[in-house]
Amino acid sequence: MNEFVLLFRMDIKTKEAQPSPEQMQVYMKKWQDWIGGIAAQNKLAEGGNHLSSDGKVVKSNNIVTDGPYAEIKESIAGYIIIKVKNYEEAVKIAKDCPILQGEGNSVEVRKIDSLDTND
Amino acid sequence: MKNQELIPHLFRTEYRKIVSVLCRHIGFEQIDIAEDIASDTFLTASETWGLKGVPQNPAAWLYHVAKNKAKNHLQRSSIFENKIVPELKKNYSDSSEKEIDLSPENIYDSQLQMMFAVCHPSVSAEAQIGLALRILCGFGIEEIADAFLSNKDTINKRLFRAKEKLKEEKIKIELPELQEIEERLKTVLTTIYLLFNEGYYSMSANKTLRKDLCVEAIRLCNMLVENEHTDKPQVNALLSLMCFHASRFEARQNDNGEHILYEDQDKNLWNTELINKGEYFFTRATTGNKISKYHLEAAIAYWHTQKTETKEKWENILQLYNRLLQMEYSPIAALNRTFALSKANGKEEAIREAEKLNMTDNHFYFTLLGELYTGIDNNKAKLNFQNALTLAKTGSDKSAIRKKIDNL
Repeated sequence: MNEFVLLFRMDIKTKEAQPSPEQMQVYMKKWQDWIGGIAAQNKLAEGGNHLSSDGKVVKSNNIVTDGPYAEIKESIAGYIIIKVKNYEEAVKIAKDCPILQGEGNSVEVRKIDSLDTND
Repeated sequence: MKNQELIPHLFRTEYRKIVSVLCRHIGFEQIDIAEDIASDTFLTASETWGLKGVPQNPAAWLYHVAKNKAKNHLQRSSIFENKIVPELKKNYSDSSEKEIDLSPENIYDSQLQMMFAVCHPSVSAEAQIGLALRILCGFGIEEIADAFLSNKDTINKRLFRAKEKLKEEKIKIELPELQEIEERLKTVLTTIYLLFNEGYYSMSANKTLRKDLCVEAIRLCNMLVENEHTDKPQVNALLSLMCFHASRFEARQNDNGEHILYEDQDKNLWNTELINKGEYFFTRATTGNKISKYHLEAAIAYWHTQKTETKEKWENILQLYNRLLQMEYSPIAALNRTFALSKANGKEEAIREAEKLNMTDNHFYFTLLGELYTGIDNNKAKLNFQNALTLAKTGSDKSAIRKKIDNL
Protein backbone atom coordinates (compact mmCIF):
# COMPACT_ATOMS: atom_id res chain seq x y z
CA MET A 1 0.00 0.00 0.00
CA ASN A 2 1.10 3.54 -0.76
CA GLU A 3 -0.11 6.85 0.49
CA PHE A 4 -1.36 9.50 -1.89
CA VAL A 5 -2.33 13.08 -1.17
CA LEU A 6 -5.40 14.37 -2.93
CA LEU A 7 -5.18 18.17 -3.20
CA PHE A 8 -8.43 19.93 -3.90
CA ARG A 9 -8.20 23.02 -6.06
CA MET A 10 -11.12 25.35 -6.49
CA ASP A 11 -12.03 28.99 -6.64
CA ILE A 12 -12.43 30.01 -3.03
CA LYS A 13 -11.96 33.74 -3.64
CA THR A 14 -14.44 35.02 -6.23
CA LYS A 15 -17.60 36.05 -4.40
CA GLU A 16 -20.04 34.90 -7.06
CA ALA A 17 -18.48 31.44 -7.12
CA GLN A 18 -19.22 30.76 -3.44
CA PRO A 19 -22.16 28.50 -2.57
CA SER A 20 -25.27 29.67 -0.72
CA PRO A 21 -25.95 28.09 2.68
CA GLU A 22 -28.52 25.77 1.03
CA GLN A 23 -26.04 24.71 -1.66
CA MET A 24 -23.41 24.30 1.03
CA GLN A 25 -25.60 21.77 2.80
CA VAL A 26 -25.97 19.73 -0.38
CA TYR A 27 -22.22 19.92 -1.01
CA MET A 28 -21.43 18.83 2.55
CA LYS A 29 -23.62 15.76 2.23
CA LYS A 30 -22.01 14.80 -1.08
CA TRP A 31 -18.60 15.41 0.42
CA GLN A 32 -19.29 13.33 3.55
CA ASP A 33 -20.81 10.51 1.51
CA TRP A 34 -17.72 10.47 -0.71
CA ILE A 35 -15.23 10.47 2.19
CA GLY A 36 -17.38 7.94 4.07
CA GLY A 37 -17.19 5.67 1.02
CA ILE A 38 -13.39 5.86 0.97
CA ALA A 39 -13.24 5.19 4.71
CA ALA A 40 -15.64 2.24 4.33
CA GLN A 41 -13.10 0.65 1.98
CA ASN A 42 -10.47 1.23 4.65
CA LYS A 43 -8.54 3.40 2.20
CA LEU A 44 -8.55 6.67 4.14
CA ALA A 45 -5.15 7.24 5.74
CA GLU A 46 -5.88 10.66 7.11
CA GLY A 47 -9.08 12.71 7.03
CA GLY A 48 -7.01 15.78 6.08
CA ASN A 49 -8.12 19.35 6.47
CA HIS A 50 -9.94 22.20 4.91
CA LEU A 51 -7.72 25.25 4.52
CA SER A 52 -9.04 28.71 5.29
CA SER A 53 -9.55 31.00 2.33
CA ASP A 54 -7.19 33.71 3.54
CA GLY A 55 -3.45 33.33 3.87
CA LYS A 56 -0.03 34.72 3.19
CA VAL A 57 2.59 33.88 0.63
CA VAL A 58 6.21 34.24 1.61
CA LYS A 59 8.67 34.59 -1.25
CA SER A 60 12.44 35.00 -1.47
CA ASN A 61 13.88 38.38 -0.52
CA ASN A 62 11.48 38.59 2.41
CA ILE A 63 8.49 39.43 0.25
CA VAL A 64 5.23 38.64 2.00
CA THR A 65 1.93 39.03 0.17
CA ASP A 66 -1.72 38.24 0.80
CA GLY A 67 -2.75 35.84 -1.99
CA PRO A 68 -3.19 35.11 -4.79
CA TYR A 69 -1.42 31.90 -4.16
CA ALA A 70 -1.27 30.79 -7.75
CA GLU A 71 -1.30 32.12 -11.27
CA ILE A 72 -4.74 30.59 -11.76
CA LYS A 73 -7.80 31.54 -9.73
CA GLU A 74 -8.15 28.08 -8.16
CA SER A 75 -6.40 27.73 -4.81
CA ILE A 76 -5.84 24.71 -2.64
CA ALA A 77 -8.98 24.34 -0.54
CA GLY A 78 -7.97 21.26 1.38
CA TYR A 79 -6.47 17.79 1.22
CA ILE A 80 -6.92 14.21 2.33
CA ILE A 81 -4.50 11.28 2.34
CA ILE A 82 -5.56 7.90 1.03
CA LYS A 83 -3.83 4.52 1.12
CA VAL A 84 -4.15 2.54 -2.09
CA LYS A 85 -1.99 0.29 -4.29
CA ASN A 86 -1.14 2.64 -7.15
CA TYR A 87 -1.93 5.79 -9.13
CA GLU A 88 -4.64 4.00 -11.07
CA GLU A 89 -6.59 3.24 -7.89
CA ALA A 90 -5.95 6.71 -6.47
CA VAL A 91 -7.21 8.38 -9.65
CA LYS A 92 -10.31 6.19 -9.64
CA ILE A 93 -11.18 7.45 -6.17
CA ALA A 94 -10.36 11.06 -7.11
CA LYS A 95 -12.69 10.91 -10.12
CA ASP A 96 -15.69 10.55 -7.80
CA CYS A 97 -14.78 13.65 -5.80
CA PRO A 98 -17.85 15.88 -5.66
CA ILE A 99 -15.92 19.12 -6.21
CA LEU A 100 -15.34 17.98 -9.81
CA GLN A 101 -19.00 18.75 -10.49
CA GLY A 102 -17.94 22.41 -10.44
CA GLU A 103 -16.29 23.81 -13.52
CA GLY A 104 -12.62 24.72 -13.22
CA ASN A 105 -12.13 22.67 -10.07
CA SER A 106 -9.54 19.92 -9.97
CA VAL A 107 -8.07 17.21 -7.78
CA GLU A 108 -4.32 16.79 -7.85
CA VAL A 109 -3.12 13.28 -6.99
CA ARG A 110 0.40 13.01 -5.60
CA LYS A 111 2.12 9.96 -4.22
CA ILE A 112 3.88 10.47 -0.90
CA ASP A 113 7.49 9.39 -1.26
CA SER A 114 8.67 7.58 1.76
CA LEU A 115 11.83 5.54 2.21
CA ASP A 116 10.11 2.61 3.86
CA THR A 117 7.14 2.01 1.55
CA ASN A 118 7.00 -1.34 -0.15
CA ASP A 119 4.82 -1.83 -3.17
CA MET B 1 -34.53 -19.58 45.23
CA LYS B 2 -33.50 -23.20 45.68
CA ASN B 3 -30.10 -24.11 47.05
CA GLN B 4 -28.72 -25.39 43.74
CA GLU B 5 -29.68 -22.10 42.07
CA LEU B 6 -28.81 -19.85 44.99
CA ILE B 7 -25.13 -20.77 45.21
CA PRO B 8 -24.30 -20.21 41.51
CA HIS B 9 -26.25 -16.95 41.71
CA LEU B 10 -24.32 -15.80 44.78
CA PHE B 11 -21.10 -16.96 43.19
CA ARG B 12 -21.79 -14.62 40.29
CA THR B 13 -22.57 -11.62 42.50
CA GLU B 14 -20.35 -12.15 45.57
CA TYR B 15 -17.22 -13.95 44.34
CA ARG B 16 -15.94 -10.81 42.62
CA LYS B 17 -16.57 -8.67 45.69
CA ILE B 18 -14.69 -11.03 48.00
CA VAL B 19 -11.76 -11.36 45.58
CA SER B 20 -11.56 -7.60 45.01
CA VAL B 21 -11.64 -6.72 48.69
CA LEU B 22 -9.15 -9.42 49.72
CA CYS B 23 -6.87 -8.56 46.86
CA ARG B 24 -6.90 -4.91 47.77
CA HIS B 25 -6.09 -5.94 51.32
CA ILE B 26 -3.24 -8.36 50.66
CA GLY B 27 -1.97 -7.03 47.32
CA PHE B 28 -2.37 -8.07 43.70
CA GLU B 29 0.65 -10.40 43.85
CA GLN B 30 -1.47 -12.63 46.08
CA ILE B 31 -4.50 -12.69 43.80
CA ASP B 32 -4.35 -16.49 43.59
CA ILE B 33 -4.72 -16.72 47.36
CA ALA B 34 -7.63 -14.27 47.27
CA GLU B 35 -9.29 -16.40 44.59
CA ASP B 36 -8.63 -19.60 46.56
CA ILE B 37 -10.13 -18.14 49.71
CA ALA B 38 -13.20 -16.96 47.79
CA SER B 39 -13.68 -20.35 46.09
CA ASP B 40 -13.13 -22.13 49.37
CA THR B 41 -15.77 -19.95 51.01
CA PHE B 42 -18.33 -21.11 48.46
CA LEU B 43 -17.31 -24.72 49.00
CA THR B 44 -17.90 -24.33 52.74
CA ALA B 45 -21.22 -22.66 51.99
CA SER B 46 -22.50 -25.51 49.85
CA GLU B 47 -21.46 -28.09 52.48
CA THR B 48 -22.86 -26.20 55.48
CA TRP B 49 -26.04 -24.93 53.86
CA GLY B 50 -26.80 -28.42 52.57
CA LEU B 51 -26.79 -29.69 56.17
CA LYS B 52 -28.05 -26.76 58.20
CA GLY B 53 -30.10 -24.85 55.67
CA VAL B 54 -29.49 -21.44 54.13
CA PRO B 55 -28.70 -18.65 56.63
CA GLN B 56 -30.89 -15.54 56.91
CA ASN B 57 -28.49 -13.31 55.11
CA PRO B 58 -26.42 -15.51 52.78
CA ALA B 59 -24.16 -12.72 51.50
CA ALA B 60 -23.25 -11.59 55.03
CA TRP B 61 -22.56 -15.22 55.94
CA LEU B 62 -20.18 -15.50 52.98
CA TYR B 63 -18.35 -12.29 53.94
CA HIS B 64 -17.99 -13.48 57.50
CA VAL B 65 -16.58 -16.87 56.50
CA ALA B 66 -14.30 -15.33 53.86
CA LYS B 67 -12.97 -12.87 56.42
CA ASN B 68 -12.20 -15.69 58.90
CA LYS B 69 -10.54 -17.80 56.26
CA ALA B 70 -8.43 -14.83 55.23
CA LYS B 71 -7.44 -14.12 58.82
CA ASN B 72 -6.52 -17.77 59.39
CA HIS B 73 -4.50 -17.78 56.26
CA LEU B 74 -2.65 -14.62 57.19
CA GLN B 75 -1.84 -15.94 60.67
CA ARG B 76 -0.85 -19.40 59.48
CA SER B 77 1.36 -18.52 56.64
CA SER B 78 4.94 -18.38 57.86
CA ILE B 79 6.07 -17.26 54.46
CA PHE B 80 3.69 -14.41 54.90
CA GLU B 81 5.13 -13.51 58.28
CA ASN B 82 8.73 -13.68 57.23
CA LYS B 83 8.78 -12.56 53.67
CA ILE B 84 5.68 -10.73 52.71
CA VAL B 85 4.90 -8.75 55.82
CA PRO B 86 8.05 -6.62 55.55
CA GLU B 87 7.15 -5.98 51.91
CA LEU B 88 3.54 -5.25 52.76
CA LYS B 89 4.59 -2.87 55.46
CA LYS B 90 6.52 -0.97 52.88
CA ASN B 91 3.77 -0.89 50.27
CA TYR B 92 0.56 -0.94 52.18
CA SER B 93 1.03 0.83 55.48
CA ASP B 94 0.27 -1.87 58.07
CA SER B 95 -2.65 -3.35 56.19
CA SER B 96 -1.96 -6.70 57.84
CA GLU B 97 -3.16 -5.35 61.14
CA LYS B 98 -6.17 -3.62 59.67
CA GLU B 99 -9.54 -5.33 59.70
CA ILE B 100 -10.65 -6.73 56.38
CA ASP B 101 -13.28 -4.21 55.43
CA LEU B 102 -16.36 -5.66 53.75
CA SER B 103 -18.51 -2.55 53.97
CA PRO B 104 -20.52 -1.65 50.84
CA GLU B 105 -18.26 1.38 50.25
CA ASN B 106 -15.09 -0.64 50.38
CA ILE B 107 -16.61 -3.37 48.18
CA TYR B 108 -17.51 -0.72 45.59
CA ASP B 109 -14.09 0.99 45.77
CA SER B 110 -12.21 -2.31 45.59
CA GLN B 111 -14.14 -3.43 42.52
CA LEU B 112 -13.62 -0.11 40.77
CA GLN B 113 -9.89 -0.22 41.51
CA MET B 114 -9.73 -3.85 40.44
CA MET B 115 -11.26 -2.78 37.13
CA PHE B 116 -8.30 -0.51 36.48
CA ALA B 117 -5.84 -3.23 37.58
CA VAL B 118 -7.36 -5.86 35.29
CA CYS B 119 -7.60 -3.45 32.34
CA HIS B 120 -3.94 -2.52 32.57
CA PRO B 121 -2.42 -1.69 29.15
CA SER B 122 0.35 -4.28 29.69
CA VAL B 123 -2.13 -7.14 29.16
CA SER B 124 -3.65 -8.01 25.77
CA ALA B 125 -7.27 -7.04 25.16
CA GLU B 126 -8.32 -10.68 24.89
CA ALA B 127 -6.74 -11.56 28.24
CA GLN B 128 -8.27 -8.46 29.83
CA ILE B 129 -11.75 -9.59 28.84
CA GLY B 130 -11.04 -13.06 30.22
CA LEU B 131 -9.75 -11.64 33.50
CA ALA B 132 -12.64 -9.20 33.68
CA LEU B 133 -15.12 -12.04 33.23
CA ARG B 134 -13.43 -14.10 35.94
CA ILE B 135 -12.46 -11.51 38.53
CA LEU B 136 -14.90 -8.65 37.92
CA CYS B 137 -17.94 -10.64 36.84
CA GLY B 138 -17.50 -13.98 38.63
CA PHE B 139 -17.93 -16.16 35.54
CA GLY B 140 -16.84 -19.78 35.68
CA ILE B 141 -13.96 -20.97 33.50
CA GLU B 142 -16.39 -23.11 31.53
CA GLU B 143 -18.67 -20.16 30.83
CA ILE B 144 -15.73 -18.06 29.68
CA ALA B 145 -14.61 -20.88 27.39
CA ASP B 146 -18.14 -21.08 26.01
CA ALA B 147 -18.30 -17.32 25.41
CA PHE B 148 -15.00 -17.37 23.50
CA LEU B 149 -15.88 -20.64 21.69
CA SER B 150 -12.72 -22.05 23.25
CA ASN B 151 -11.85 -24.73 25.83
CA LYS B 152 -11.12 -24.63 29.55
CA ASP B 153 -7.41 -25.37 29.12
CA THR B 154 -6.82 -22.46 26.79
CA ILE B 155 -8.76 -20.08 29.02
CA ASN B 156 -6.92 -21.24 32.16
CA LYS B 157 -3.57 -20.70 30.47
CA ARG B 158 -4.61 -17.29 29.19
CA LEU B 159 -5.78 -16.15 32.63
CA PHE B 160 -2.63 -17.53 34.27
CA ARG B 161 -0.35 -15.64 31.88
CA ALA B 162 -2.34 -12.44 32.31
CA LYS B 163 -2.11 -12.64 36.10
CA GLU B 164 1.62 -13.36 35.95
CA LYS B 165 2.04 -10.32 33.74
CA LEU B 166 0.15 -8.10 36.17
CA LYS B 167 2.24 -9.43 39.07
CA GLU B 168 5.42 -8.74 37.12
CA GLU B 169 4.26 -5.21 36.46
CA LYS B 170 3.63 -4.87 40.22
CA ILE B 171 0.13 -3.60 39.62
CA LYS B 172 -1.46 -1.94 42.60
CA ILE B 173 -5.16 -2.05 43.36
CA GLU B 174 -5.85 1.65 43.24
CA LEU B 175 -7.36 4.32 41.06
CA PRO B 176 -4.84 5.90 38.70
CA GLU B 177 -3.65 9.43 39.43
CA LEU B 178 -6.21 12.02 38.35
CA GLN B 179 -4.12 13.19 35.41
CA GLU B 180 -3.71 9.60 34.22
CA ILE B 181 -7.37 8.63 34.48
CA GLU B 182 -8.34 9.83 30.99
CA GLU B 183 -5.62 7.70 29.39
CA ARG B 184 -6.18 4.59 31.55
CA LEU B 185 -9.95 4.85 31.04
CA LYS B 186 -9.41 4.12 27.35
CA THR B 187 -8.42 0.50 27.94
CA VAL B 188 -11.10 0.07 30.60
CA LEU B 189 -13.76 1.31 28.17
CA THR B 190 -12.39 -0.85 25.36
CA THR B 191 -12.62 -3.93 27.58
CA ILE B 192 -16.19 -3.11 28.59
CA TYR B 193 -17.10 -2.43 24.96
CA LEU B 194 -15.59 -5.73 23.80
CA LEU B 195 -17.23 -7.57 26.67
CA PHE B 196 -20.58 -6.19 25.55
CA ASN B 197 -19.94 -7.06 21.91
CA GLU B 198 -18.85 -10.54 22.94
CA GLY B 199 -22.34 -10.96 24.34
CA TYR B 200 -24.24 -9.05 21.69
CA TYR B 201 -22.61 -10.49 18.57
CA SER B 202 -21.22 -13.77 19.96
CA MET B 203 -21.65 -16.92 17.92
CA SER B 204 -22.24 -18.89 21.09
CA ALA B 205 -25.71 -20.45 21.04
CA ASN B 206 -26.15 -19.95 24.78
CA LYS B 207 -28.57 -17.02 24.86
CA THR B 208 -28.66 -16.67 28.66
CA LEU B 209 -24.88 -16.49 28.81
CA ARG B 210 -24.78 -13.90 26.04
CA LYS B 211 -27.33 -11.77 27.80
CA ASP B 212 -25.35 -12.05 31.06
CA LEU B 213 -22.25 -10.73 29.29
CA CYS B 214 -24.20 -7.66 28.15
CA VAL B 215 -25.68 -7.11 31.60
CA GLU B 216 -22.23 -7.36 33.20
CA ALA B 217 -20.72 -4.87 30.74
CA ILE B 218 -23.51 -2.42 31.58
CA ARG B 219 -22.99 -2.99 35.32
CA LEU B 220 -19.25 -2.29 35.11
CA CYS B 221 -19.81 0.87 33.09
CA ASN B 222 -22.45 1.96 35.59
CA MET B 223 -19.86 1.68 38.37
CA LEU B 224 -17.61 4.08 36.47
CA VAL B 225 -20.44 6.58 36.07
CA GLU B 226 -21.12 6.45 39.81
CA ASN B 227 -17.61 7.61 40.70
CA GLU B 228 -16.95 11.34 40.35
CA HIS B 229 -13.45 10.80 38.93
CA THR B 230 -14.49 8.37 36.22
CA ASP B 231 -17.86 9.93 35.38
CA LYS B 232 -16.65 11.28 32.02
CA PRO B 233 -18.63 12.07 28.85
CA GLN B 234 -17.17 9.12 26.92
CA VAL B 235 -18.11 6.75 29.79
CA ASN B 236 -21.69 7.98 29.67
CA ALA B 237 -21.68 7.66 25.88
CA LEU B 238 -20.59 4.02 26.11
CA LEU B 239 -23.22 3.30 28.75
CA SER B 240 -25.88 4.98 26.63
CA LEU B 241 -24.85 2.99 23.56
CA MET B 242 -25.07 -0.30 25.45
CA CYS B 243 -28.51 0.56 26.88
CA PHE B 244 -29.84 1.41 23.41
CA HIS B 245 -28.49 -1.84 21.94
CA ALA B 246 -29.61 -3.99 24.83
CA SER B 247 -33.14 -2.60 24.45
CA ARG B 248 -33.49 -4.80 21.34
CA PHE B 249 -32.05 -7.94 22.92
CA GLU B 250 -35.36 -9.80 23.11
CA ALA B 251 -36.48 -8.69 19.65
CA ARG B 252 -33.40 -9.65 17.69
CA GLN B 253 -33.51 -13.40 18.12
CA ASN B 254 -36.31 -15.88 17.64
CA ASP B 255 -36.88 -18.98 19.77
CA ASN B 256 -34.57 -21.05 17.55
CA GLY B 257 -31.71 -18.64 18.20
CA GLU B 258 -31.96 -17.25 14.67
CA HIS B 259 -31.02 -13.62 14.22
CA ILE B 260 -33.93 -11.38 13.27
CA LEU B 261 -33.05 -8.47 11.02
CA TYR B 262 -33.72 -5.00 12.39
CA GLU B 263 -36.49 -4.39 9.85
CA ASP B 264 -38.32 -7.57 10.73
CA GLN B 265 -38.20 -7.12 14.51
CA ASP B 266 -41.36 -6.89 16.61
CA LYS B 267 -40.95 -3.34 17.87
CA ASN B 268 -43.25 -4.06 20.83
CA LEU B 269 -40.48 -6.24 22.23
CA TRP B 270 -38.08 -3.29 22.41
CA ASN B 271 -37.41 -2.44 26.04
CA THR B 272 -38.65 1.10 26.71
CA GLU B 273 -36.98 1.31 30.11
CA LEU B 274 -33.56 0.67 28.58
CA ILE B 275 -34.25 3.15 25.78
CA ASN B 276 -35.08 5.80 28.39
CA LYS B 277 -31.91 4.98 30.31
CA GLY B 278 -29.94 5.26 27.09
CA GLU B 279 -31.38 8.73 26.49
CA TYR B 280 -30.58 9.77 30.05
CA PHE B 281 -26.91 8.78 29.79
CA PHE B 282 -26.66 10.21 26.28
CA THR B 283 -27.69 13.61 27.62
CA ARG B 284 -25.04 13.26 30.32
CA ALA B 285 -22.49 12.35 27.61
CA THR B 286 -22.93 15.66 25.80
CA THR B 287 -21.30 17.81 28.48
CA GLY B 288 -17.73 17.84 27.17
CA ASN B 289 -16.27 19.19 23.98
CA LYS B 290 -14.68 15.99 22.68
CA ILE B 291 -16.54 13.50 20.53
CA SER B 292 -15.48 9.89 21.03
CA LYS B 293 -16.41 6.95 18.85
CA TYR B 294 -18.80 5.96 21.64
CA HIS B 295 -20.68 9.23 21.13
CA LEU B 296 -21.10 8.50 17.43
CA GLU B 297 -22.12 4.90 18.06
CA ALA B 298 -24.56 5.97 20.78
CA ALA B 299 -26.13 8.49 18.40
CA ILE B 300 -26.44 5.75 15.73
CA ALA B 301 -28.01 3.44 18.31
CA TYR B 302 -30.35 6.25 19.37
CA TRP B 303 -31.70 6.64 15.84
CA HIS B 304 -32.26 2.89 15.70
CA THR B 305 -34.59 3.16 18.70
CA GLN B 306 -36.86 5.45 16.66
CA LYS B 307 -39.74 3.30 15.46
CA THR B 308 -40.87 5.50 12.60
CA GLU B 309 -39.00 5.10 9.33
CA THR B 310 -38.21 8.59 8.11
CA LYS B 311 -35.76 9.97 5.58
CA GLU B 312 -34.26 12.02 8.41
CA LYS B 313 -33.58 8.89 10.46
CA TRP B 314 -31.51 7.16 7.79
CA GLU B 315 -29.81 10.32 6.62
CA ASN B 316 -28.62 10.90 10.19
CA ILE B 317 -27.49 7.30 10.58
CA LEU B 318 -25.58 7.51 7.29
CA GLN B 319 -23.78 10.72 8.27
CA LEU B 320 -22.89 9.30 11.69
CA TYR B 321 -21.42 6.19 10.06
CA ASN B 322 -19.51 8.42 7.63
CA ARG B 323 -17.91 10.18 10.59
CA LEU B 324 -17.39 7.01 12.60
CA LEU B 325 -15.52 5.35 9.73
CA GLN B 326 -13.29 8.39 9.34
CA MET B 327 -12.43 8.11 13.02
CA GLU B 328 -11.91 4.34 13.03
CA TYR B 329 -12.44 1.69 10.37
CA SER B 330 -14.25 -1.54 11.14
CA PRO B 331 -15.78 -4.04 8.68
CA ILE B 332 -19.10 -4.10 10.52
CA ALA B 333 -19.36 -0.28 10.41
CA ALA B 334 -18.54 -0.37 6.69
CA LEU B 335 -21.38 -2.83 6.02
CA ASN B 336 -23.85 -0.96 8.23
CA ARG B 337 -22.92 2.31 6.54
CA THR B 338 -23.71 0.77 3.16
CA PHE B 339 -27.10 -0.40 4.44
CA ALA B 340 -27.84 3.14 5.68
CA LEU B 341 -26.72 4.46 2.29
CA SER B 342 -29.33 2.30 0.55
CA LYS B 343 -32.01 3.75 2.82
CA ALA B 344 -30.87 7.35 2.42
CA ASN B 345 -29.60 7.49 -1.17
CA GLY B 346 -31.23 4.48 -2.82
CA LYS B 347 -30.29 0.88 -3.60
CA GLU B 348 -28.46 1.53 -6.91
CA GLU B 349 -25.89 3.79 -5.27
CA ALA B 350 -25.56 1.39 -2.33
CA ILE B 351 -24.87 -1.55 -4.68
CA ARG B 352 -22.08 0.40 -6.40
CA GLU B 353 -20.56 1.28 -3.03
CA ALA B 354 -21.06 -2.21 -1.61
CA GLU B 355 -19.19 -3.80 -4.51
CA LYS B 356 -16.21 -1.57 -3.82
CA LEU B 357 -15.94 -3.07 -0.33
CA ASN B 358 -15.05 -6.45 -1.80
CA MET B 359 -15.18 -8.35 1.52
CA THR B 360 -15.39 -11.71 -0.18
CA ASP B 361 -14.70 -13.77 2.93
CA ASN B 362 -17.55 -12.26 4.94
CA HIS B 363 -21.03 -13.78 4.81
CA PHE B 364 -22.62 -10.56 6.07
CA TYR B 365 -21.18 -8.85 2.98
CA PHE B 366 -22.91 -11.26 0.62
CA THR B 367 -26.12 -11.15 2.66
CA LEU B 368 -26.12 -7.36 2.34
CA LEU B 369 -25.54 -7.56 -1.44
CA GLY B 370 -28.35 -10.13 -1.65
CA GLU B 371 -30.67 -7.76 0.20
CA LEU B 372 -29.70 -4.81 -2.01
CA TYR B 373 -30.24 -6.78 -5.23
CA THR B 374 -33.58 -8.16 -4.06
CA GLY B 375 -36.28 -6.57 -6.19
CA ILE B 376 -33.71 -5.09 -8.57
CA ASP B 377 -32.08 -8.21 -9.97
CA ASN B 378 -33.32 -11.33 -8.20
CA ASN B 379 -30.86 -13.61 -10.01
CA LYS B 380 -27.94 -11.62 -8.66
CA ALA B 381 -29.64 -11.54 -5.28
CA LYS B 382 -29.82 -15.33 -5.30
CA LEU B 383 -26.16 -15.71 -6.32
CA ASN B 384 -25.11 -13.46 -3.45
CA PHE B 385 -27.27 -15.26 -0.91
CA GLN B 386 -25.77 -18.56 -2.08
CA ASN B 387 -22.28 -17.16 -1.55
CA ALA B 388 -23.36 -16.07 1.92
CA LEU B 389 -24.69 -19.56 2.61
CA THR B 390 -21.35 -21.25 1.87
CA LEU B 391 -19.52 -18.79 4.16
CA ALA B 392 -21.99 -18.77 7.07
CA LYS B 393 -20.74 -20.72 10.08
CA THR B 394 -23.68 -21.24 12.42
CA GLY B 395 -26.83 -23.22 11.74
CA SER B 396 -29.06 -20.29 12.64
CA ASP B 397 -27.28 -17.99 10.16
CA LYS B 398 -27.59 -20.62 7.45
CA SER B 399 -31.30 -21.15 7.97
CA ALA B 400 -31.94 -17.39 8.00
CA ILE B 401 -30.17 -17.09 4.63
CA ARG B 402 -32.08 -20.08 3.19
CA LYS B 403 -35.33 -18.32 4.10
CA LYS B 404 -34.23 -15.29 2.10
CA ILE B 405 -33.53 -17.43 -0.95
CA ASP B 406 -36.95 -19.05 -0.61
CA ASN B 407 -38.62 -15.63 -0.36
CA LEU B 408 -37.13 -14.40 -3.64
